[in-house]
Amino acid sequence: MIEITDQPLDPARVTNLVRRDGNGAVVTFLGTTRDHFEGKRVLRLEYEAYYDMALKKLEEICREMQQEFGVEDVAISHRTGLVDIGQISLIVAVAAPHRKEAFYACHKVVDRVKEIVPIWKKEVYEDGSRWVACEDHEFSPSQGAAAETPGH
Amino acid sequence: MKIEVRFFALYRERAGCSRASLDLPAGATVADLTAEVRRRHPGLAPPEVSIVVAVNTDYAEPDTVLNERDEVCLIPPVSGG
Repeated sequence: MIEITDQPLDPARVTNLVRRDGNGAVVTFLGTTRDHFEGKRVLRLEYEAYYDMALKKLEEICREMQQEFGVEDVAISHRTGLVDIGQISLIVAVAAPHRKEAFYACHKVVDRVKEIVPIWKKEVYEDGSRWVACEDHEFSPSQGAAAETPGH
Repeated sequence: MKIEVRFFALYRERAGCSRASLDLPAGATVADLTAEVRRRHPGLAPPEVSIVVAVNTDYAEPDTVLNERDEVCLIPPVSGG
């Protein structure tokens, strides 16, 4: 299950989507909005998405988990729009028969979301704002798909 | 041919618009498109940083050939999560 929504995210609901009797491990990651950046107070965040492509890339990430680790039960929920401090902006829930694959795949999904999904966040300060990670660095989303194996 | 380009996030703010219509010769590539975008919007990205382009909702290589009805978007470095 994947979704991008401007409504508050619900970890219990997303976690329950991946639970099955054949799974002995469920790992849920919550990304939450931080109140500071380099000593500055962050007032709120603004998320923007290129929806069609972001949904496609989230689906690709789910397929990668299936192909690379045999993990089939993945749910990703991403928030957009105005998000206050301390709120949940990302939920990744992964279930697998055993904990090792579940922990590893959950970690990997979060990394891939940050690498290839066209969603951007802007931190708003008392005296300005900044698009996070957009400060003119080289960005190569077509690379970096190489997977490590569980156990590293 | 006419290519409609969408700008997101940092690029939208720097360009001062969310869309632009570009006139490119038939057979133009993604690299031709980014060169034209840089001519129009010199402040969009520093010369040493390549501008990433998505064509029809996939990341495209610089040598990808464009067609008139392609959905073309400029993708600044992503920062979801």
